[in-house]
Amino acid sequence: MLKIENLHARIDDTEILKGLSLEMGAGEVHAIMGPNGSGKSTLASILAGREEYEVTEGSITFDGVDLLELDATERAVAGIFLAFQYPVEIPGVSNINFLRSALNSIREQREEAPLSGKDFLAKVKECAQLVELDGKLRDRSVNEGFSGGEKKRNEIFQMAMLEPKLAVLDETDSGLDIDALRIVSHGVNSMRNGGRSFLVITHYQRLLDHIVPDHVHVLAGGRIVHSGGKELALELEEKGYDWIVDTPAAQQA
Amino acid sequence: MKSETNRMSAAEENPLLDEFTRKEYEFGFTTDIEADKVPPGLNEDVIRLISAKKNEPQWMLDWRLEAFRIWLGMEEPDWAHVQYEKPDYQAISYYSAPKSKVPLGSLDEVDPELRATMDKLGISMEEQKRLSGVAVDFVMDSVSVATSFKDKLAELGIIFCSMSEAIQEHPELVRQHLGTVVPVKDNFFSALNSAVFTDGSFCYIPKGTKCPMELSTYFRINEAGTGQFERTLLVAEEGSYVSYLEGCTAPQRDENQLHAAVVELKAMDSAEIKYSTVQNWYPGDAQGKGGVFNFVTKRGICETRAKISWTQVETGSAVTWKYPSCILKGDGSVGEFYSVAVTNNAQQADTGTKMIHLGANTHSTIISKGISAGNSQNSYRGLVQIGPRARNARNFSQCDSLLMTDTSGAHTFPYIETKNPTAKVEHEATTSRIGEDQIFYCLQRGLTEEQAIGLIVNGYAKEVLNKLPMEFAVEARKLLTISLEGSVG
Ligand SMILES: Nc1ncnc2c1ncn2[C@@H]1O[C@H](COP(=O)(O)OP(=O)(O)O)[C@@H](O)[C@H]1O
Ligand SMILES: [Mg+2]
Repeated sequence: MLKIENLHARIDDTEILKGLSLEMGAGEVHAIMGPNGSGKSTLASILAGREEYEVTEGSITFDGVDLLELDATERAVAGIFLAFQYPVEIPGVSNINFLRSALNSIREQREEAPLSGKDFLAKVKECAQLVELDGKLRDRSVNEGFSGGEKKRNEIFQMAMLEPKLAVLDETDSGLDIDALRIVSHGVNSMRNGGRSFLVITHYQRLLDHIVPDHVHVLAGGRIVHSGGKELALELEEKGYDWIVDTPAAQQA
Repeated sequence: MKSETNRMSAAEENPLLDEFTRKEYEFGFTTDIEADKVPPGLNEDVIRLISAKKNEPQWMLDWRLEAFRIWLGMEEPDWAHVQYEKPDYQAISYYSAPKSKVPLGSLDEVDPELRATMDKLGISMEEQKRLSGVAVDFVMDSVSVATSFKDKLAELGIIFCSMSEAIQEHPELVRQHLGTVVPVKDNFFSALNSAVFTDGSFCYIPKGTKCPMELSTYFRINEAGTGQFERTLLVAEEGSYVSYLEGCTAPQRDENQLHAAVVELKAMDSAEIKYSTVQNWYPGDAQGKGGVFNFVTKRGICETRAKISWTQVETGSAVTWKYPSCILKGDGSVGEFYSVAVTNNAQQADTGTKMIHLGANTHSTIISKGISAGNSQNSYRGLVQIGPRARNARNFSQCDSLLMTDTSGAHTFPYIETKNPTAKVEHEATTSRIGEDQIFYCLQRGLTEEQAIGLIVNGYAKEVLNKLPMEFAVEARKLLTISLEGSVG
């Protein structure tokens, strides 16, 4: 479903990804862990099609399509969703209006009929329940005046509404208290199915107690330096990153 | 002058008028078809000729001639933050009507860019034909529609007609009020307008009457090399209410044209006037060639506890110079100004308001949202003046600027003059750059760049758009999106 090969990327003359490779199958949950500044958000942005990053080498294929050929909108239409580490505020645009425009834009580009008002509202209700999103937040401007936790829940709410094939969650756990963490994880878990993959980027192991991954990768120095099963997360929690980052594979990066 | 004033009335919200559908609204036009045209140039003979053709009474002619003499002694202002080549006032024809125009054969002959814009605006084929001057045969049919509106209004004693008609039918009212809010000598353009105006709107709401429908007028300029000088006078008697819409919603592809209108509002004791404008005159091409010069004087006067509210969405014109103002003469009167001004490409706008507080306990609110794209320049110029009698006067001003590009400019010139120590004047201003993060967030959710900008800009301008009557707000939102297409850089 997703195959990244030898990806090199830079921004403003700084090379950030230096030969990153990663392969994910349909329905799988992969976790990416790594120290601050190792390039996790960079990877997420590149997958979503942010143009400030220049890919200098390597390839990304998604469902057999060359992802690098698509712009950000086309990638969303193809089924890629990014839950942002820092969701932006859009003053004056109601959350619900924003989502309706987004959903119908995607449907239009997929040559599907727009969702009726009734069906849309039914779906909103269902998805909001999933992450226990307060009714007031649906009507407020996008992320404006939301707490950190509310912003993250809003991201998962949008994910549920848009039903992506590949969801990239960038530090969705940061800033969440334990209750919110449980709610968000429940939302993600209930969306897991054979056709949907998740790339869960996190700094801490605790999220992975709730969203149990199939594979865990360590990103350091702009590449994946170590991969393993879910127990790798625990090991990282105990020993930190140094023991991996200092290996010859990482040194090379 | 090759000018034409089309007028129509509409009232989507009024149950009385349910029988007039949207379709009829679009066709609700009357057109003054005459073939006469005076040679270019401006002198007393031309003014006599205009007045004679309109069969005006002597006092009207005298008023015009006096205005012309005043104008001759005035200089065109150049203090606004705009640059343009001053029109040659002797090269303009000041009276003409559209009959002599050679109609285009079909829509295929119309500029494709213009057509694409009209398509996006959802303007029907018939409407497109009319706006691009393809055919005018159905215009005559619409007279009945306009008349039906008028009958319903007449039952309430409301007068709503063209200025020419008002001069013929209600000379005492026109004579009593014309030029009492914007004196002839107020400025260069008001003097010019007073001398040569050929038409416009007149509206009179009797005491205690709430006008049951939105009154609206569409103005348009037909051809290249022409000017338009309408004159609007709106009188709301004691305790009355009216909401008036002025739309210039059709794009034009003409060369530089001059639009120098004067609008006068009078809100008597406890009366309320809501005046909304959506202005989309042709802005010129991307290189700054062509476009309308929009030099407009709009002013209202409020008696005791009266209220005037100006709402404007300005997306068009090459050069705009416009300051809808309120004179808060009566105690407890209220003035409001809500504005969204968009400039793109080489457009220049210098717009704002004046709130003149004369009475005690007068309140004013100014919300101005500027949006600058391309290489355009967008200026807010506002004056809040508190007179010595204006005890406890209050003003709140908020001027926000949104920049879409590095090469566009936003300027704010707030002037505050206070002559009463009990007054409270608050001014807030912000300038921000449209966020790439915001746009990327929208794109990631599947919106196109055009949709993303439309959404963000409409959100930014929401406070003002919400003040517009429903059907106007929809149109204004579309306009904002269209006028900013492909403009982020
Ligand atoms: N716009 C930018 N210009 C220059 N360097 C950047 C920019 N954005 C991120 N970086 C650098 O790229 C590296 C990776 O950042 P990021 O992907 O955000 O890391 P992570 O998400 O793993 O914490 C960091 O060293 C960061 O300073
Ligand atoms: Mg990060």
